[in-house]
Amino acid sequence: MGIEILGLPLMYYIAMVAKVLVAFVFVLLTVAYATYAERKIIGHMQVRLGPMRTGWHGLLQPIADGVKLFFKEEIVPSQASTFAFLVAPLIALIPAFITFAVIPFGGVIEVAGYKIPLQIAAYYDTAAGQVFDVNVGVLYILAMSSLGVYGIVLAGWASNSKYSLMGGLRASAQMISYELAAGLSIIAVFMLSGTLSLTKIVELQSGFGGFEWYLFKQPLAAFMFFICSLAEINRTPFDLPEAETELVSGFCTEYSSMKYAMFFMAEYANMVTVCALTVTLFLGGWNGPMAVAIPLLGPVYFVAKVYFLMFVCMWIRATLPRYRYDQLMHLGWKVFIPVALVNIIVTGIIGYLI
Amino acid sequence: MNPITPIINGMKITLKHMFMKPVTLQYPTERPKVAKRFRGLHALNVSHDKAKCVACYLCPTVCPAKCITVEAAEDANHDKYASVYEIDMLRCIFCGYCVEACPVDAVKMTEEFELANYNRKDFIYSKERLLVK
Repeated sequence: MGIEILGLPLMYYIAMVAKVLVAFVFVLLTVAYATYAERKIIGHMQVRLGPMRTGWHGLLQPIADGVKLFFKEEIVPSQASTFAFLVAPLIALIPAFITFAVIPFGGVIEVAGYKIPLQIAAYYDTAAGQVFDVNVGVLYILAMSSLGVYGIVLAGWASNSKYSLMGGLRASAQMISYELAAGLSIIAVFMLSGTLSLTKIVELQSGFGGFEWYLFKQPLAAFMFFICSLAEINRTPFDLPEAETELVSGFCTEYSSMKYAMFFMAEYANMVTVCALTVTLFLGGWNGPMAVAIPLLGPVYFVAKVYFLMFVCMWIRATLPRYRYDQLMHLGWKVFIPVALVNIIVTGIIGYLI
Repeated sequence: MNPITPIINGMKITLKHMFMKPVTLQYPTERPKVAKRFRGLHALNVSHDKAKCVACYLCPTVCPAKCITVEAAEDANHDKYASVYEIDMLRCIFCGYCVEACPVDAVKMTEEFELANYNRKDFIYSKERLLVK
């Protein structure tokens, strides 16, 4: 059919660019409005109003914040290691965005006779009649999410400031502790699914009218994975790398202007990614009632679930104070890792018996 | 007590508060309700087109912040009146003692509370600015 480039139809490239653009713009907008939603939700939880002045009920607040940060003075401390200092925000930001490449946000839709799976790194092979995606999608996500911490550590080191360094150190320690527990808790899911491909994992959860979620089979793993992810992306109550009360602003103490904004975008983009991953692994991805029959419902369910989890993140932030450093380490090493290991063993035994 | 229950209880409380009516007052557009006996900016009561003040010096005497300046003079009817009556709002502590001390009910306090200004000299309220309009 038509023009072929490198053995693939032109439609493949158009669909790819469109998917990348849609996903990227969606994540960017979500990041911008997550800051607004967070301020509003926490405001209302504290019986305040939150932003009200910029636009109707403060709806233009994220744009105003962006413009303000954009026009702020760029400051590089004189003793800082300039190259690493400039590159660190990018290292934090890029992995946060590219993790979205393997997350399926919908089923297969058909545009002008060409079938497009709604997942960036995937294509529909008409000859084989099935969707091919990155078959180690989860590994890719784990790899990328652990890359993000390098940005933070580098920022802490390059700033040449005590507070930044402490923030960076804490970030790396926290990352190592919780990545183990998060990784171990999702192993239980792979024992059930038998695959690392996210498309397959979502397909396996499509039973019972789209409600055969791994959340119900692996509630402990789901709970632990979500909590560990919160710790990995430095959200409250695990925001020790920033800890305003102890470390001024932690790793971003010396940052200003757009570089500071990039760290914040990275934080919120990570939140989106982590929520999307939790949805994919435990909440059935884009599955839901009628999602298979009407392909456009898939993204709607997916976005709704992601937004719900993001609301839970903000809800947790409004409720819990920050953990102390030793409590954090205790929780990671002495609670989550043993429980995750026991969970794997129990899953294995039950899987063997059934 | 297990460590999960307090977290869940806390989350319940925050969720409940989310649906409460916010207590925020959108200040410049929404005005606070000022009580009748609020002690705000002073005003000099007027009777027969002139200030009731007889320059008895009780208010500067009682004033703990020493912010009131009064100078007495004699008018055409040989009555004593205050030719100068100034209150320095930068020093005033809004205790209301001047109002209590006044024997002729010449000083009162209004509900006005927006007293910000750009210059220090603008905070010294002269007799003309204090007279009840």
